This record gives sequence, C-alpha cells and structure tokens, in this order.
Amino acid sequence: MRIHVRLFAALADGAGCRSFDLDLPPGARAEAVRLALVERFPRLAGLCGRSAFAVNAEYADADRLLAAGDEVALIPPVSGG
Amino acid sequence: MYVQLTSDALDAQRLVQAVRTDASGAVTLFYGVVRNHNEGRGVLYLEYDAYPELAEKQLRAVAEETLSRFAIDDIAIAHRIGRVEIGEASLLVAVASAHRADAFTACHAAVDRIKETVPIWKKEYWEGGGVWLDGTPVALAEQVGEPGA
Repeated sequence: MRIHVRLFAALADGAGCRSFDLDLPPGARAEAVRLALVERFPRLAGLCGRSAFAVNAEYADADRLLAAGDEVALIPPVSGG
Repeated sequence: MYVQLTSDALDAQRLVQAVRTDASGAVTLFYGVVRNHNEGRGVLYLEYDAYPELAEKQLRAVAEETLSRFAIDDIAIAHRIGRVEIGEASLLVAVASAHRADAFTACHAAVDRIKETVPIWKKEYWEGGGVWLDGTPVALAEQVGEPGA
C-alpha cells in the first residue's frame, strides 16, 4: 500500500527532501516508516529514534496501523517559540 | 479564541484586540523575540519550519486547553514561520482575564505548552553556518492536551 511520508527541519535537510512515497505491506504500522527512512538514510537513525509520528496530521503511536493513502510525518524534537 | 500560523510579520495589537472583553481587567501579551545570541554564539537570524496542518491544530489544542485550565476570558496565539530577523517576534500569546494573576499564569503555561507540543522547528544562523536547534521530543500524553497525563 502506498504511504506518503513527510519530513521537516533536520530530517528534511538530512534526507534531501521534504516528502516521498513509500510502498508498505498491508498491516504495516507507523514504525515501518521510521525503519524505511533509517534504511535509506542510516545517518538519520539517531534523530529518527527521537522523533514522534503523526498520521494524517494527528499525533500517533509507533504501533499505529496504517492504511493506503495515509500521510505519515516524522516529528523531530520540536523547537518552536 | 484565535490562532494563526503565518510567514507575515506578527501583529501584536490585533491579538490584544482579539482577546479583550469588557469583563477583562487584564490582558497579558507574551512576545517571543529573536535575540542576537545563543550559547555563546552570535546569531544573525532564525528560520522556522513547521508541519502547517498539525501545527495549526496543535496551536488550537493548546489554546483550548489553556481556556479550560484557567479562569480566563480568551486567548490568542500567533506563530511565524520562515525567516525571522533579530528583534522580530516569532511567537505572540495574548490572554485576557478579569484579574491579572490568571492572565499571567495562563500566558506562561500556554507558552510552555506551545514549546513542548507544536510541530515547529527553528534553525539558527550564525557566521559559520546554520543548525536546527536541539528541541523537545514530543511525548504522546502531552500531544492530546492532557498535561501531566
């Protein structure tokens, strides 16, 4: 199933892009997106490990079940304000 | 209640006018301003990135949470994204209440929650380059507007 991944800040800089599409098997959970990102960009492993998930613009757990067409964002430690 | 995420310069008076009611004896306004130093480095300017859809939702969630936690009349939050120069505001929080104690406390609490839970990131630029500042990891219990859960 196709998932749309969104990246921001240091993760986007590190990956060289702000979004990409990912094919995951049905039954995949949010954690699978982190694994895919780390596999593609191993030096982002530490930052990915400290990042939270958002699915369709709502915060979600790592074990959140994904559906085709979902937008998954990795949220690095925040620094607004 | 009013929240705004924008790349335009923030308008403090607009926020103050948005929150004040005739029952309000106090309005507090917090300005988060870009300063010219951080950890011994001279800072030239900041750049803010955001996940806009979730940032707006989360700013609204912080505003609603603050309204229900404190005896206040209204709250408004504005956060700027993109490049922000020294001396310019990146965050404004305005709170109106009948009495000043609640206005001060609620404003302080709202600023803290914004900095813990909203998907916005700042990149600091200095002579030698730029770096995304080490931030606060978002914890799920805090994300859904349940402080101390």
